[in-house]
Amino acid sequence: MALRTPPLRGRHEEAGGSFTDFGGWEMPVEFAGIRTEHEAVREAVGIFDVSHMGEVEVYGPDATRLMQRLTTNDVTALSPGDSQYACITDGDGVILDDTVVYRRPDEGETPTYLFVPNAGHEDWMVERWTEHRDEWDLDATVDDRTEDYAMFAVQGPDAEEQVQAAMANGIEVASLSRFTATMATVAGTECLVARTGYTGEDGFELVVPWDAAEDVWDAFDGAEPCGLGARDTLRLEAGLLLSGQDFDHEENPHTPYEAGIGFTVKLDTEFVGRDALEAQKEQGVDETLVGLRLIDRGIPRHGYDVTDTDGEVVGTVTSGTMSPTLDEPIGLAYVPTDLADPETHLRVVVRDRPKKAVVESLPFYQR
Amino acid sequence: MSFETPDDRKYNESHEWALRDGGTVRVGISDFAQDELGDVVFVELPDVGEAVTQGEAFGVIESIKAVSDLYAPVSGEVTAVNEALFDAPEQVNEDPFGDGWMLEIELSDEAELDELLSAGDYADQVA
Repeated sequence: MALRTPPLRGRHEEAGGSFTDFGGWEMPVEFAGIRTEHEAVREAVGIFDVSHMGEVEVYGPDATRLMQRLTTNDVTALSPGDSQYACITDGDGVILDDTVVYRRPDEGETPTYLFVPNAGHEDWMVERWTEHRDEWDLDATVDDRTEDYAMFAVQGPDAEEQVQAAMANGIEVASLSRFTATMATVAGTECLVARTGYTGEDGFELVVPWDAAEDVWDAFDGAEPCGLGARDTLRLEAGLLLSGQDFDHEENPHTPYEAGIGFTVKLDTEFVGRDALEAQKEQGVDETLVGLRLIDRGIPRHGYDVTDTDGEVVGTVTSGTMSPTLDEPIGLAYVPTDLADPETHLRVVVRDRPKKAVVESLPFYQR
Repeated sequence: MSFETPDDRKYNESHEWALRDGGTVRVGISDFAQDELGDVVFVELPDVGEAVTQGEAFGVIESIKAVSDLYAPVSGEVTAVNEALFDAPEQVNEDPFGDGWMLEIELSDEAELDELLSAGDYADQVA
């Protein structure tokens, strides 16, 4: 299968990017170096091409009902221009994907939602939405817009200044609060500009018409180009989850409560998986995602075993790295709930050798 | 991009270098290898006194994004380990042929050096 390429593939190559396959897309993993890019986002501003993210639009008289029944959060809380983080769960409450649901600020007569499935998941989600729409006989249109839109993230303490400078139509970026969006003209093109991100910093994400991607990207020439490598270290420090790695409905099935994102679940709404999640909330979870910090020398990596202090395997590392900001080896793992309290001592098995580790409360890094 | 390949030493196809000084061989990784790895954050090396075997893994190097084995260019007993790398693994990026060295090995079979690549051949491999 051929890899899909973002509209800026050529531009990234000129900028010295090295590439990786991510969810079927050939995306830049690194430009100047992960540490350099990571520090730019923590201390100044970086820009990421995240055009591999899916974009699905849902609109029509029953769009709100359809979104409400297929996502765990309460979409009726969204006014035009608002957005929220949500999970998409199956009937057992297992996370199929996580997403941000935007209610478009420029919607027409009926509500228009844009949600952002993870890389390569848009076909799956469009099918899920369409099947349920038909089953429930709802009047809503479900459109895959993934190849109509590029998506960029401008992140870091100087992001507000950068985005303000790039926007032409007199909108005060400072008035955009977290998880709100506006339409704005950047490089002569109307884009959706949202105060959202995946780095633990202040920042913005721009949904950009595919054909204008290059001009809009160039409007942020003061920002450090960043690849998926830095995106991963930044999100992990911020305790944010990666779909397909920190949860995976087939290989690593978990519910939002187990994954520590129970705040996305609104049990007073009706959605697929609600009853299972209500039952789990009453009973409590057997396993919980925790942050781990290694005390011994070593770096936790995806798939490494976690044991208790007696050497009994109790879990598996889902993500891990050397934290560039903290200069400590950190990771995420699901462990039995009775071993999930901060300061609990565990072991991570690195190349057959148990390394001392301690449970840390998430996030590892907070701005 | 072109990489340094100093011609005072020999190279493994797997990107380690071997610099002979009398009966001892100093070992590290090449400029190309450190660039491929990116920011090096962790190095695991054998202890002094352990034996290493040509072509077999003697340690592990980790960058932020990847974990890679290190392969011995020659066989012999480890006589010195660059412990400075445990606290400053970035020296592998900053000075791969100098301060970023990893081991010194007491050469057990001189002929093994002949099996390694010359600087010129290695430069062609990474060009």
